Amino acid sequence: MPIVDDIAGLRRILTRSRTIAVVGLSANWYRPSYFAAKYMRDHGYRIIPVNPTYDEVMGERCYPDLQSANQGAAIPIDIVDCFRKPAEIPPLARDAIAIGAKVLWMQLGIRNDEAAKLASDAGLDVVMNRCVKIEHARLMGGLNWAGVNTGVISARRPV
Amino acid sequence: MSDRKFGFDTLCLHAGQIPDAATGARALPIYQTTSFVFDSVDHAASLFNLQTFGNVYSRISNPTVCALEERVAALEGGRAALAAATGMAAQTAALLTLAKNGDHIVAARTLYGGTYTQFAVTFAELGIDTTFVDPDDPNDFRRAVKPNTKVLYAETIGNPQLNVVDLAALADIAHAAGVPLVIDNTLASPYLCRPIEHGADIVIHSATKYLGGHGTTMGGVVVESGKFDWGNGKFPQMTTPSRGYHGVIFHETFGDFGFTMKARMEVMRTLGPTLSPFNAFLLLQGIETLHLRMPRHCESALAIARHLAEDPRVAWVNYPLLAGNRYEALAQRYLSRGAGGILTFGLKAGAEAGVRFIEAVQFLSHLANVGDAKTLVIHPASTTHRQLDEEEQRAAGVLPEMIRLSVGLETLDDILWDIDQALATASR
Repeated sequence: MPIVDDIAGLRRILTRSRTIAVVGLSANWYRPSYFAAKYMRDHGYRIIPVNPTYDEVMGERCYPDLQSANQGAAIPIDIVDCFRKPAEIPPLARDAIAIGAKVLWMQLGIRNDEAAKLASDAGLDVVMNRCVKIEHARLMGGLNWAGVNTGVISARRPV
Repeated sequence: MSDRKFGFDTLCLHAGQIPDAATGARALPIYQTTSFVFDSVDHAASLFNLQTFGNVYSRISNPTVCALEERVAALEGGRAALAAATGMAAQTAALLTLAKNGDHIVAARTLYGGTYTQFAVTFAELGIDTTFVDPDDPNDFRRAVKPNTKVLYAETIGNPQLNVVDLAALADIAHAAGVPLVIDNTLASPYLCRPIEHGADIVIHSATKYLGGHGTTMGGVVVESGKFDWGNGKFPQMTTPSRGYHGVIFHETFGDFGFTMKARMEVMRTLGPTLSPFNAFLLLQGIETLHLRMPRHCESALAIARHLAEDPRVAWVNYPLLAGNRYEALAQRYLSRGAGGILTFGLKAGAEAGVRFIEAVQFLSHLANVGDAKTLVIHPASTTHRQLDEEEQRAAGVLPEMIRLSVGLETLDDILWDIDQALATASR
């Protein structure tokens, strides 16, 4: 699987995925990770918090790592969404592969080519340096209401 | 896979507007409403916390206005945009997002008079000082930078001097100083020049001019490139919790459109110079033909400039792409598709002949605007710059005999005919 960076590929990921493990999710409402997770939950995704600091975030049980999240959650994890520093991503990529996740997603400002290669060699889609919330809003509607250049040119109604 | 890069003309017609989700309307609906209902209390809370994108109140955002914002952002090659009631309001929103009491601006001294007064008087009274420098010498900008400088500011084409600035050189100086280059691109329009491609970080428009193009509607737009590093230490308002919006850190939360979000949620929300949905609709209708109008404005302006340069009654003609013009080389570099529709000229018979010229034209409109579909004419020394004495007028680039033409889309021979018959009357 290649690095996904185009509208069709991102739309495919967001359409097919239902469950997002948010690694590094903060319990503080004003942190970007909370913004993103709250938004995605409001738009129908199941959020599984992963952060050793908390037992619970947003009313959901919070797991210390991806392996325990995979065991604890009743449904398969589609996206591993990483709010961690670039250097901490390769072990998360290995965990994402091990738990059978379909997408390794590195948030805005985060790139790690080693992790990207690990995950894509194992057949995962890889997204780097993009925010899951911003991309959802860009492609599924909403971001244009913030005056952002979505790059979407289409004569079809938004779905 | 990569996404198709659509052409400028396609963006003029499509960017920012996909068919309406509710009705399928192909044209842009005018959402003439002050407010938008919440689905639930939780939805309302998410909107107010900016955790979801959506509309709350049209002072902050409105779907019709946002279509205009996205379209101008796309045309300028920017990341995001914020519309305002006028060009002056757009500029206010941009600059008050960047600078506060105690900060400093370095600006070209050839700015449009309204901008000059905004900086020299209004902002000065708010505690934001401006050093005005020679726009022909980029090093003059460099020399004026101080530790509290937050903005370098210039116009792609100055008004009424029609000077062209070296955008890339100014961008290098701004970035070496760790501050954004803010460019007013009104007289070029993104059809002729996209300052972001030359290093500008923020672009401002009076959409009242060529974007709207019809002289019907006031409006302004601020475009953010998405490329400036707000985390460089000079802009704590972007990287620390906002006092104006309950602790949000705009740069961290919104990344490359954090500046636009801050301008919207703090300055636009609290000062309130919002663009109306109806005006946004009218401006957007204008933009749909920008790519057809601008070449004609430029072709006619150049033809008129050449015609006047040959006329023995004319002392001088100023148009950036006219052979021998002082700014010809910069115009060829930054305005290769045309130098816009504005030109100035002076009559050998002097200022009083200029007044007679204005009074003798038949269908050229005597008024204080530029960028209309109709040809406009004005004698700045007796109107827009009347309050200045001759020395001050010369310092502002306004010679006593100067006549400014904003060349419209009428039949070129008719414009030339009206100019010639007015020249005959004025020179008698």
